[in-house]
Amino acid sequence: MKKDWDILIVDDEQVVIDAVVKICSSEGFTVDSATDAKEALQKFVKNNYKLIICDIMMPGIDGFGFLNELSQRKISSPVIMTTGYSTVENAVKSLYTGAIDFIPKPFTADELVNSVLRGMKYLEIQKSLRNYKRDNSEIIYVPCPAKYYRLGYSSWAAEENAGSILIGATDLFIKTIENISQIELQQIDDEVVQGNSCAYIKDKEERLHPLLSPVSGRIIEVNDEIKMNKSLIEKDPYFEGWFYRLIPSDSEYELKNLINCSSDRL
Amino acid sequence: MFKKIGFKLILVVGVTAVIIIGIFSFYNIRSHSDALLAEVERHANQLSETVKHSTRYDMLLNQRDRVHTIINTIGEQPGIQNVRVLNKVGEIIYSSHEEDIGKLVDKKAESCYACHTANEPLERLPVKDRTRIFKLSSDSARVLGIITPIYNEQSCWEADCHAHEKEQTVLGVLDVTISLSDVDEQIQQGEIDTAVFAFSAVVVFSLLLSFFVKRWVDKPVKELLNATHEVGTGNLNYIIKEKSDDEFGILSKSFNNMTQKLSEARMQLFQSDKMASLGRLAAGVAHEINNPLTGVLTYSSFLLKKTQNNPELNDDLKVIVRETKRSREIVKSLLDFARQSVPKKNQVNINEVIDRSITVVENQLTINHVELKKNFASDLPLSTLDSNQMQQVFINLLVNASDAIGEKGGRINISTDLIKLSPYGITHIKKATCPKRHDLMDNEVKIDGMPSIKLKVSSNGYSGFINLDPVYGRNHHKIPVSLEKLDINSKDLKVVCPQCEISLIDPSKKCPDCNSPVYSIEVPSQGNVEGCLSKNCDWQKWDAVDVGGQKEYLEIKISDTGCGIPRENLSKIFEPFYSTKGQKGTGLGLSVIWGIIDNHNGTITVDSELNKGTTFTIHLPAGKN
Repeated sequence: MKKDWDILIVDDEQVVIDAVVKICSSEGFTVDSATDAKEALQKFVKNNYKLIICDIMMPGIDGFGFLNELSQRKISSPVIMTTGYSTVENAVKSLYTGAIDFIPKPFTADELVNSVLRGMKYLEIQKSLRNYKRDNSEIIYVPCPAKYYRLGYSSWAAEENAGSILIGATDLFIKTIENISQIELQQIDDEVVQGNSCAYIKDKEERLHPLLSPVSGRIIEVNDEIKMNKSLIEKDPYFEGWFYRLIPSDSEYELKNLINCSSDRL
Repeated sequence: MFKKIGFKLILVVGVTAVIIIGIFSFYNIRSHSDALLAEVERHANQLSETVKHSTRYDMLLNQRDRVHTIINTIGEQPGIQNVRVLNKVGEIIYSSHEEDIGKLVDKKAESCYACHTANEPLERLPVKDRTRIFKLSSDSARVLGIITPIYNEQSCWEADCHAHEKEQTVLGVLDVTISLSDVDEQIQQGEIDTAVFAFSAVVVFSLLLSFFVKRWVDKPVKELLNATHEVGTGNLNYIIKEKSDDEFGILSKSFNNMTQKLSEARMQLFQSDKMASLGRLAAGVAHEINNPLTGVLTYSSFLLKKTQNNPELNDDLKVIVRETKRSREIVKSLLDFARQSVPKKNQVNINEVIDRSITVVENQLTINHVELKKNFASDLPLSTLDSNQMQQVFINLLVNASDAIGEKGGRINISTDLIKLSPYGITHIKKATCPKRHDLMDNEVKIDGMPSIKLKVSSNGYSGFINLDPVYGRNHHKIPVSLEKLDINSKDLKVVCPQCEISLIDPSKKCPDCNSPVYSIEVPSQGNVEGCLSKNCDWQKWDAVDVGGQKEYLEIKISDTGCGIPRENLSKIFEPFYSTKGQKGTGLGLSVIWGIIDNHNGTITVDSELNKGTTFTIHLPAGKN
């Protein structure tokens, strides 16, 4: 009989492991740890983990290799990547490869906990999706429309005719945050960078959830409507509930690191 | 030498000149001597006719004595060698040389040869054939002889002497010989003259040619060669100075243009290479530092959450969390810097930023018994600043002040104010060029931490470089002692660009204060800065920024009662790696501060008195901009 754990933390830095173990335990999660990918993979023989938190830069098999190994072994536990700012680009690629989220290092306890909580909610949604019956009237979440691109499951980007790009949060991301109480947006002319947070969504429990920008660019228009009417992003996240209109700095390259939503429908 | 293009040119043109002048001289001499001989011939012919006619009457009367006398008289004339009359059989019957009379002249003799070549003697010959030029002996002068036949006429055969028959055609010949020594001398003189002329013409021609070839071809080619060599060995700052207005000038100009472009491209390459390696370094550092920072941040933020009900501890932890987050921002901005992204500026109240900085260093100040006095202006407008960077500035300055005070205790005054400043005395000239767009900024000589403006000055024998203060109107210029005696009103005063030596003096202007000469340098896209050259005069003028008028600035003063900075070190403190803290400091602090303030288009200045204290004054543009 395999042992069930909530979280597995894989990091080559003991202090990070200790911190994650301490923080997540205090939130009531059971946490196991491994100092490299090989050790982590071996742990799956005896244990089940709901969620994995994994560093990208590791000796031996790195984060990408680890993701590949997981998919080969048909381990479906969602993975949250952690990485320094220096490898944000890699982090974006890891989201493309299958990670569900990433937390840039160094992170605070809250940032970690919020990401883990979203991860757990994600698991719940995935679970209910498996039990979903067609005759059930309630839709669990709306996938992003065709011709849209998404960064992990967090944000979407849509190219516009004028060359600008519209960005927003996916319905799944909004669903992992329960009860939005406030939205913090950036201003016109601010620069956003792919993989860096471009907006914060606060829930009823005052938790801040960063929305990672799917592309880099300069903000030319902010959708102030969603600030007034928060239900807009819950009701129509892909059209009326957009966040920013950007002039992209290098969309041609960056869009390649995003998942094409048309492929979701196959 | 022989392979030089100039030499080849001179050789070809020189040889051509020698040939042309030689041919010309040859024909000139020949026609000259021909003309002279023709003249002598004509003269001899005339003389013969004269002799013939003047003796005719005496001949008819057969008065031989009188004929003799006439012939002798004529024969004595200078230049006339001999006058002879020969009869039909070749006997000399009259001669100016009496000893010849009676002698027989052979028909084969040179005087007879012309007519007597054929068996039957010719009776009439043109003048040309009757003359001959010969030499009596090999070393004597040339002689021209002319034979004039004396024809039979009615009066001859009817004369009383009956010496001649009616059937005779030619009675005899008159042979006049004239010495050509004068003519030969003239011809020789002409030859010498022509040769001298030809020689000097060739010499003068060659000299002129070589002078101009040297000037127009050799020198520019040499300069170009030199320049390509310099550039080839890596000196891309080499500029061809002298430019003619011909094709070589255009070539030089485009060469200069090319090297400049090349130099710019190399600078850019160098810059991007530097940025790339800096980026790699930053990424490496960021990765290494992120893990320990994660430890600090996670634990402290975790503790912060757990100590909600312990306000004292909670406040301290808040400082740790905030400052760790700030470190995170610094690491991030290091990477942003490596990525060349824009600093994160937002609307902040500078007082709040300073207050936050004070919280960080408060403990250290208390330990060092430092009393901190704040004197903040309350009505400061929100200004566009990067609050994290500014906080870094203030923390750094406060720590420095505290270090300067040491453990004996002292006081730090920190004040903020809103002031209006005219651009004069505050605007920083970041780039200056000569009219030919050469960069005048000197990174090696810095004035209060800023690259200065370098000018080359020379006058009556003195020459050297002066470095102008890049702050408009501040006049902390650096003038070497050797130039102190320079007479700026001297006529040969030159103030030039160190690279291209183009004059930077504006001849149309004089200093309105002291009437000294005025220099004018260009600030790209911001017009010209003018200033008085007299070291006793502070006049400077910059129309482009003066037009803007006074602007609002935040003035932040941080003064301490510490050990002060020696005067000689004041100019160095903003330079990277300058440190007095030994092992404790990196020497990067103040240079980074300077960079941050400069990025905000502000200025930072320092005043210090040894053992009394130091004051840093920061001016930042106030409000939105």
